[in-house]
Amino acid sequence: MAKLPKPSELALDYTLPKKGWMDAAVDFRPGTWSHAARAKNLEAAGLPNARQWSPADSDWKLPSNWKQIIFEGMRERLEKFRSLRIFMDICVRCGACADKCHFYLGSGDPKNMPVLRSELLRSIYRGEFTLAGKIMGSIAGARELTENVIKEWFYYFFQCTECRRCSVFCPFGIDTAEITMIGRELLNLLGLNIDWIAGSVANCRHTGNHLGIQPHAFKNMIEFLADEIEAVSGVRVQPTFNRKGAEILFITPSGDAFADPGTYTMMGYLMLFHEMGLDYTFSTYASEGGNFGMFTSHEMMKRLNAKMYAEAGRLGVKWLLGGECGHMWRAVNQYMDTMNGPADFLEVPKSPVTGTIFDNAASTKMVHIVEFTADLIRNGKLKLDPARNDNLVMTYHDSCNTSRGMGFFEEPRYVIKSVCNKFHEMPPETIREQTFCCGSGSGLNNDEFIEMRMRGGLPRANAVRHVEERHGVNALSCICAIDRSALTTLMDYWVPDVTVYGVHELVGNALVMKGESERTSDLRGDPLPGMEASEDENI
Amino acid sequence: MNFIMSLVAVLALVLTAFLGIEAAGLRTFFSMAVPYVAFTLFIAGTVYRVLAWASSPVPFRIPTTAGQQKTFPWIKRNRFDNPANKKEVLGRMILEVLLFRSLFRNTKAEIEKGPKLYYQWEKWLWVGGLALHYSFLVILLRHLRFFTEPVPFFVQALGGMDSFLQVGLPGIYISDSVFMLAVIYLLVRRLIIPTVRYISLPGDYFPLILMLAIGVTGILTRYFTRVDLLKVKQLALGLAKFQSSAPEQVGTIFYIHLLLVCTLIAYFPFSKLMHAGGIFLSPTRNLPNDSRIRRHVNPWDYPVEVQTYAEYEERFREKMIEAGLPVAKEIAAGGPAVYPLTKK
Ligand code: SF4
Ligand code: SF4
Repeated sequence: MAKLPKPSELALDYTLPKKGWMDAAVDFRPGTWSHAARAKNLEAAGLPNARQWSPADSDWKLPSNWKQIIFEGMRERLEKFRSLRIFMDICVRCGACADKCHFYLGSGDPKNMPVLRSELLRSIYRGEFTLAGKIMGSIAGARELTENVIKEWFYYFFQCTECRRCSVFCPFGIDTAEITMIGRELLNLLGLNIDWIAGSVANCRHTGNHLGIQPHAFKNMIEFLADEIEAVSGVRVQPTFNRKGAEILFITPSGDAFADPGTYTMMGYLMLFHEMGLDYTFSTYASEGGNFGMFTSHEMMKRLNAKMYAEAGRLGVKWLLGGECGHMWRAVNQYMDTMNGPADFLEVPKSPVTGTIFDNAASTKMVHIVEFTADLIRNGKLKLDPARNDNLVMTYHDSCNTSRGMGFFEEPRYVIKSVCNKFHEMPPETIREQTFCCGSGSGLNNDEFIEMRMRGGLPRANAVRHVEERHGVNALSCICAIDRSALTTLMDYWVPDVTVYGVHELVGNALVMKGESERTSDLRGDPLPGMEASEDENI
Repeated sequence: MNFIMSLVAVLALVLTAFLGIEAAGLRTFFSMAVPYVAFTLFIAGTVYRVLAWASSPVPFRIPTTAGQQKTFPWIKRNRFDNPANKKEVLGRMILEVLLFRSLFRNTKAEIEKGPKLYYQWEKWLWVGGLALHYSFLVILLRHLRFFTEPVPFFVQALGGMDSFLQVGLPGIYISDSVFMLAVIYLLVRRLIIPTVRYISLPGDYFPLILMLAIGVTGILTRYFTRVDLLKVKQLALGLAKFQSSAPEQVGTIFYIHLLLVCTLIAYFPFSKLMHAGGIFLSPTRNLPNDSRIRRHVNPWDYPVEVQTYAEYEERFREKMIEAGLPVAKEIAAGGPAVYPLTKK
């Protein structure tokens, strides 16, 4: 792991280099790039040019016809994606997007301005696919494709979290996330991926989830969490797995099953489902909500996502319920039905508790757990005791993907305010559609990238610190599995007194269950407000 | 450097027209051939570009959502920033095209020691952009009076309104002043904001300097060198009707103005100025966020290799049975089959 400077020593330098940006040479400084995909993972994922290599090497062992592969890849994608074609042509370099990217704000590296990130690809496009670029070269903004350009692409396309913040501000809606996605597709044609993504993709393909959890281990883990719930509440929940004929198939990121603090969120789901008597099942085959294929290529996204509908069909469920996750929900909302639908073998989702029909999911047949819960609360189906969360002064982080790839703002706030008494928003320029990324999205939440993650997370952390200082906020909630893990690291670094919670963990805390024993601790085993004394007595 | 290059290019154009008329007397060439060629390039180029864009399909529905989506009736949704149907998309597009909605969101980030970030009010780019586009539009419409006989009522009215404020010179057009100020602002901004200067290409300076020169020569024609406007009108009408002769005794400054305008027209489709057309086709803006409600079809969709449940169970059957997980096929005598991974 690269050495991470202390927050006070992290240099922020916005001076621009003397050399113009067309010079492609990149300094691969540790902490700012991710390890190369290992040969075995590329192979297992079915990706080309599997070999041992490192970005720090001078020879990247590209296939001998790499230039041709890139140009053909670009041509194919220009013909397939109108987005790419338009975004290659219409940027006016107004600079409105420049200071909107968290990686630029946190690093001062001009090539992290969305406009230049796109120009890295655009300059090659101009040189090869436009007349002006062919004739006038650099005067028309064109560059020659060299190995250095490929290295630069690798560095900067794996330094973009595909958060789409830039695209909100661009007067033409140019979405650098889309350019990054396609840029990564091109890199993958040469076997250039990062291991954190390729490894997760390989795992997901073979075991059904990113973490490579095998079926028995998945079941054990959920049952372990059921034990924990019993210890806290005295209620025994009974999750089922791969059960045919269940009404609902529930899919959430595997991080919720295996990584703290996601596990507490999972406990919240389990408690809620039990209390509502939901006829649902987990699947060990489709045990991943997230989709690291999305960070590789459109094709890989489709391949990994296919398991959801396939499993729903095999088990004969009526509809799908999805857990708290960011990029999973961009995939579900904007891609799933197109890629793997039509899901005409499923029914339009209907809450078995309230009878609400989810028209907004009429075609995909997949409902967001926070929508589901918001509907329950609205219809008075949950008995809640928000005072149990009174030790938390809460704020809420909008995930990039649910915000700018969906528009999911009110439901989570409604649920949080129903289960927490103390809630304060961060400044308006840092939430909702303008939300700042955790700095670790799109498959970049690995250890070796740590310095850049802390830099990229700076604007988010700053906004949290603002409400911490002003309102005494000590808790940050979110609806994303990567956030739960990444924001925890980020808070430890920048705002150490703030703890990260999933929304359904808070629901689990506040939920008054039938037949529960008096609760003295929250789902983490920490004393509930007012119970600290009784804990002490026990000691 | 990029700025100088563009400046030189525009000056070269000015010089070309000047010498062409003064020294070579190529009046017919500059008043007839150049406009026709420019116009042809404009039409052909624009059609080509738009067709090229339109020929690529929109495989996925990827609007950038900037407001609450449509869910429950009791949750207030944002129809314009997160449209759920075509009608609402139209609203979003009108706001984008006519009012530059997205640019209006602009803020400026400032960082202080700590580090502490601030986001400041920054609407000048929006103001400058709007000013430039609308004044350009008014000027364009005003010029219709050269191409029409009788001059349509709205063109006359526009001219009247435009010269309503009489600042200094009699009948000075507001649109001219706004246009010049906006172009100068955008140019200066490009030169003095370090990041914007860093990203600027020759193709970013050139149109601005060109427009500046067009503005200056246009104003000169009108107020200072007293170009015979009747002659100009004859020429314009003739051009529009494809029957014209090069007028004599029209000042050289007019020919310079004309050449610069023709350059802008011809340059338009081959440059970033095509953003004017691209915005209409931008998939992050012109699609409703309704892909959970209605299925969007990808015309080039193709089947992909997926690990099936059967393959999965084949691999883990033993462990699944041990863990009490249901399996479709019990283990046959002789132990589990080898996991057959289908290679692509
Ligand atoms: S805001 Fe859009 S047009 Fe302006 S520089 Fe950025 S990508 Fe280009
Ligand atoms: S998508 Fe996000 S990370 Fe990528 S360039 Fe835009 S603002 Fe930066």
